[in-house]
Amino acid sequence: MESLGNIILYFIVAIAIIAFSVLTVTTRKILRSATYLLFVLFATAIIYFQMDYQFLGAVQIAVYAGGILVLFVFAIMLTHKPGQDADVLASHRRWLGLSAALGGVALCGYGLFSYAGFIGKSIAGSSVDINMEKIGQFLLSTDKYGYLLPFEAISVLLLACIIGGVVIARRR
Amino acid sequence: MDLTLYMYLIPSLIMFGCGVYGFITRKNMIAIMISIELMLNSVDINFVLFNRYLFPGQMDGMFFSLFAIAIAAAETALALAIIINVFRIAKDVDINKITKLKF
Repeated sequence: MESLGNIILYFIVAIAIIAFSVLTVTTRKILRSATYLLFVLFATAIIYFQMDYQFLGAVQIAVYAGGILVLFVFAIMLTHKPGQDADVLASHRRWLGLSAALGGVALCGYGLFSYAGFIGKSIAGSSVDINMEKIGQFLLSTDKYGYLLPFEAISVLLLACIIGGVVIARRR
Repeated sequence: MDLTLYMYLIPSLIMFGCGVYGFITRKNMIAIMISIELMLNSVDINFVLFNRYLFPGQMDGMFFSLFAIAIAAAETALALAIIINVFRIAKDVDINKITKLKF
């Protein structure tokens, strides 16, 4: 049995995710679209906190909501006039997108509900203990479940990304 | 009432569907990037959910999400740099009007 607060929080988060995801892709003002994306990312962070992954939720807020969203807003401000609306969609394009999205959702939903092996599982009452110490040791260990190699690879990737960003955005 | 796995999977599935719809219908390059972020985010949620519900003793799903977030940040930064550069050359970010690489 889940606590009442958790259930209420779940419904708020679920409704927020569904509503703001739909608004993100249907609104015609691009800056509003970015703002709705911010709400979706915050709701996702709340899901992570609910699942007891506090570090992941903090990373989600810091990197996504704090970093990527600022990049989006800067890019939008640099490339759009304020208050500019997107053009109305051509109807064949809308039908193509709608059929692809609904078809994919229906297929995945059917797959989920027809395979009911784990789908009704509940985690009420259980909790996992994931503290910073454990995460740090896993990230820097070379044991069976260690993540040192991906950690180093991603640091090289970030370096390549910094250099690439400088080279691409440099004024010639 | 219990909060089961599929109750969390449904919002994530709808988020992914919205991402697909936006990716196909939007013509603005930045709006397409935002749709891609939606899809990436829903996949991150699924990693975390399956880890927490099916293998609560392990942390692999969490680390996958962590690395996916880092890679998404790098990819978005590069893509936005390219978009701004394209805007500098073509004065537009509409994918129908940027046809210099055709033919």
